[in-house]
Amino acid sequence: MSVTRPLPHDAAPLHVAGSARYVDDIPTPRDTLHLAFGLSSIAKGRITAMDLDAVRKAPGVVLVMTADDLPFANDVSPSVHDEPFLSDGSVNYVGQPVFLVVATSHLAARKAARLGRIDYAEEEAILTIEQALAADSRFEEGPRIYEKGDAEAAIAAAAHVIEGSFELGGQEHFYLEGQAALALPGEGGDMLVHSSTQHPTEIQHKVAEALGVPMHAVRVETRRMGGGFGGKESQGNALAVACALAARATGRACKMRYDRDDDMVITGKRHAFRIAYRAGFNADGRITGVSFLHHVICGWAQDLSLPVADRAMLHADNAYRLLNARIESHRLKTNTQSATAYRGFGGPQGMVGIERVMDHIAHELGMDPVELRKRNYYTSRDALPRRKTDNTTPYGQLVEDFELHEMTEALLVSSDYAARKAAVAAWNAANPIVKRGIAFSPVKFGISFTLTHLNQAGALVHVYQDGSVHLNHGGTEMGQGLFQKVAQVAASRFGIPLEMVKITATDTAKVPNTSATAASSGSDLNGMAVKAACDTIRDRMAAFLAERHQADVASVRFADGMVEVGAARYSFAEAAAQSYQGRVSLSATGFYKTPKIEWDRIQGRGRPFYYFAYGAAVTEVAVDTLTGENRILRTDILHDAGASLNPALDIGQVEGGYVQGAGWLTTEELVWDERGRLRTHAPSTYKIPACSDRPEVFKVTLWDGQNREETIYRSKAVGEPPFMLGISAWLALSDAVASCGSAYPALNAPATAEEVWKGIRRLRDGI
Amino acid sequence: MKITFLLNGETVELAEADPTATLLDWLREDRGLTGTKEGCNEGDCGACTVSVSDGDGTRAMNACILFLPQLHGKAVRTVEGLGGTHPAQQAMVDHHGSQCGFCTPGFVMSMVAAHAEGATDHDTQLAGNLCRCTGYAPIIRAARAVEDAPKPDWLATDRAFISPEILRGEAAGRGAEPPSAPTSSNELAALYEAHPDATLVAGATDVGLWVTKQLRDLPKVIFLSGCADLNRIEITDSHVRLGAMVDMNRMRDTVAPLHPSYGEMIRRYASVQVRNAATVGGNIANGSPIGDNPPALIALGATLHLRKGDARRDLPLEEFFLDYGKQDRAPGEFVEAVSFPRQPDRLKCYKLSKRFDQDISAVLGCFNITVEGGTVTAARIAFGGMAGIPKRARAVEAALIGQPWTQETVTAALPAFEADFTPMSDMRASALYRMETAKALLSRYFAEDQGHMANVLEVRA
Repeated sequence: MSVTRPLPHDAAPLHVAGSARYVDDIPTPRDTLHLAFGLSSIAKGRITAMDLDAVRKAPGVVLVMTADDLPFANDVSPSVHDEPFLSDGSVNYVGQPVFLVVATSHLAARKAARLGRIDYAEEEAILTIEQALAADSRFEEGPRIYEKGDAEAAIAAAAHVIEGSFELGGQEHFYLEGQAALALPGEGGDMLVHSSTQHPTEIQHKVAEALGVPMHAVRVETRRMGGGFGGKESQGNALAVACALAARATGRACKMRYDRDDDMVITGKRHAFRIAYRAGFNADGRITGVSFLHHVICGWAQDLSLPVADRAMLHADNAYRLLNARIESHRLKTNTQSATAYRGFGGPQGMVGIERVMDHIAHELGMDPVELRKRNYYTSRDALPRRKTDNTTPYGQLVEDFELHEMTEALLVSSDYAARKAAVAAWNAANPIVKRGIAFSPVKFGISFTLTHLNQAGALVHVYQDGSVHLNHGGTEMGQGLFQKVAQVAASRFGIPLEMVKITATDTAKVPNTSATAASSGSDLNGMAVKAACDTIRDRMAAFLAERHQADVASVRFADGMVEVGAARYSFAEAAAQSYQGRVSLSATGFYKTPKIEWDRIQGRGRPFYYFAYGAAVTEVAVDTLTGENRILRTDILHDAGASLNPALDIGQVEGGYVQGAGWLTTEELVWDERGRLRTHAPSTYKIPACSDRPEVFKVTLWDGQNREETIYRSKAVGEPPFMLGISAWLALSDAVASCGSAYPALNAPATAEEVWKGIRRLRDGI
Repeated sequence: MKITFLLNGETVELAEADPTATLLDWLREDRGLTGTKEGCNEGDCGACTVSVSDGDGTRAMNACILFLPQLHGKAVRTVEGLGGTHPAQQAMVDHHGSQCGFCTPGFVMSMVAAHAEGATDHDTQLAGNLCRCTGYAPIIRAARAVEDAPKPDWLATDRAFISPEILRGEAAGRGAEPPSAPTSSNELAALYEAHPDATLVAGATDVGLWVTKQLRDLPKVIFLSGCADLNRIEITDSHVRLGAMVDMNRMRDTVAPLHPSYGEMIRRYASVQVRNAATVGGNIANGSPIGDNPPALIALGATLHLRKGDARRDLPLEEFFLDYGKQDRAPGEFVEAVSFPRQPDRLKCYKLSKRFDQDISAVLGCFNITVEGGTVTAARIAFGGMAGIPKRARAVEAALIGQPWTQETVTAALPAFEADFTPMSDMRASALYRMETAKALLSRYFAEDQGHMANVLEVRA
């Protein structure tokens, strides 16, 4: 069977040949126009005058548009219509699109865009948590609070209490392919949009709104993205709308791609948090009560901030059974880029909070941090407590599939944790300058969109009369290998070689009303939808062939490229040809909706997740105590992908997710100045991990198990969960710093060399 | 400008090349070769990497900040020119080295260039290629897998390419008016003296960004890549002299045997692609306060050799840097070479940055301290990132010279840093961190000199 095989990415041969096409590579008509935005230079205020004469007169400029020129909706928000496509007169962050330049070349458009002269009445910008709280600048009327038990009473009654607060920075996606869109005007006002997006239906929706046409007049196609990571869930709307508007106005093909600096200045990033915590616990390390306060920097528009902040709250427990927990979340509105989806969607921030608490308690008690974690784990299914509520999350979902007890034991053995921990201590005793640290961290990540209606998917499958298969579904390919996994499903359903399945671009005209490829749900949802479509066709073929051969329909077998009907054997191609001649429909749609889930996000109660994915990591680091310079030496990971559809692709997600997560918490620092200008807006100043930053020893293993729930071939989602294994790198740095004194290191994130150095200074010198 | 080069085995003659058109834009927009990608347009991500060959070998370079005239007489190969048959391509498929695939052509071309040169220090060879998907592990597996694979057939052809003009005895691009590409320093001297307002382009790793990021028009440019005599390295018993056009990888090869710490610092200076373009002279002439090479050269007591027309003058390198953005260079005067005296190796170069590889320094400290009979007899210490210019730490030097080489002396010298420097805060580091770690680097120098392990990069798993 095709599923479970470690096949390469379907497009790998195209990638290495440079022939895989991204939006900017699509051949376009000779008279194609190119677009660029003129951007605001202040963080908050009102536009009092705008002189765009020089822009209009610049070489190559064909058209300049402002908000006044927009025929219909001026909005690119994915949620609440609060995000003008072009400034409506108010300016809300440095880099906000104010006007649109349409020119004969990319360079001409960029040059002209800098010639606009805009006068502002500047207002005081809200850039910090303190400023936002003082001004009560927030989304929603007040904080969201999820509670289980009575955290305050439990903390008050506890034998031991810790408390603390730390800053947790945001993260730039740094997809290698920047945002891009291409609009080709069709007849009768139709529009074809190629977009580098995780959410073609949303692009279709926003373009239709902007053009004032029904959604049926807009077709969006996405073959692949050069990376997404959540950054192309909503941030591509503006480019697609720009191209469609300009194409409508000029009648010519219009293309827009952000220069990297523009991309980083304009688009949203991962939400930065401040997390304050209090926890009460016993001498044996068991937590009796914990309270978290999340301050979430959401930026200027709502975008997806509410569900992101919700998901942070939903992961404030991570892997731990918290009998008394309170999580309070403030979603602050600031004059910075509108923070958006990013791999993990708030989950990582929530998880860092509880892992910080675990680290702090272990330090306080002088207990091994792994032992402490194990004592607080949820209970495994085979040992579920009598009172099931004891094994429910703070939002009331029963944890039925907990696997981390077994996984932890296995990883501790395979990583040689105990001996290495002793070796680290011995090294630290012998070396005054370079210290080592080692840490373990687990992941329990909830799988499903918390907006329940998004948990649906459609597919369209054709079998041609030669037995070849055309496959389409609502998921998008951003590098994760979704198309290959889903093609493996299709090939397995028909029992045919993978080469007979044609993977095609995501297309809103083939499969409508799709959800974003997000929340790690791509293969869960689309795999099931494709399975349904394939099975429909297969059942029709089986019924036809069974009738012809007077055989039992249940005995018809599709395997090894053959179809067996009673004593007869056909190649799949012959079976398809005969079915065609027998006037059997060989085309079908498929549909899937995730069962069992229900969720009330205001009350914070229900079952938001169909199941959980698990993982665990051990990371060892070295730190120079003179300068704070640090690096990862070794990482061991055991990750649960259920019964993997494709172990090679899944290991790729784990390796890549870990490095991206570790980057978030170490070198990737976003810096804004006092005027709200992003100072780290290019790879020269914003440092994602480079080749040598990966762990020198990097051992990744998939847990041998399968999903308890009936997912596609019992696999588990794997896009986001491994990202959070990077938390172990941050904790290992804390462990190394802890060797420099007796106080708790209390690091902020990202733990850059400077942040680590500050921690060392606090411990060594008390400053 | 008229230029000729070999592109994927085919001779390309451009009668009217825009002198500041980048190779990347030309490939993608004029030739429809879209395999080479734009990731950042500033030479920091490597998605646009191509291989460039000439008689000296094969090098990976960033097409996004490479102006077409820089390619004159060379052989360019893009991912399309591999014909899908290079062993690195199959290895990337077999080892799952691509996910989204956008960085992949750049990685492949870096691997192709490294393979052509027999380089197997993969972390260094690939430091200039960013991947956001894979975490790099499978890419390194692929690179290792092709170490012993046979060289592709086209390599010899590319390296043997000689432009038709050269065969005809013509030197294309020469002329009395910029844009122009002189073929000797004498021609350059005359041309630049006549056109002191021209922009000199050596490797374009800085000037390239004036065009791609600042969107500046450069009406008058003079390309130095044809000036072969500026590309010389002379090593005598007493001195090392490097011509201004020596690229930073050749610089690394030159200094690494003499001063290993300096060689290691250059290994971390930008990336292979950038070092293949960036020149010794350009790095000095642009006067950056965070250029990594000047502090090391100043610590070695380097002399700068300047030329204007037929007039030459020498000055200690540190005296060239007058103030932020201001150098002691007259209109029409250019950097011809830099030289430094040979000495027993006492030099240590310490680079502090957020990321180890391919990052601009927050602080770069270079220490050259001579100890005789237990006493400091000489000290030359210079820093980047601590002032508006690359600057000597004269107060620190004075606090050390004549003192016994002890921890007490080092500790007593630390306050002198505050007399030498008033660093600033920016996105790379705070002023406090810069000041305190500058001091810590002197402590590191002493600790290493006493045999202590003080380098986090030397720790193995």
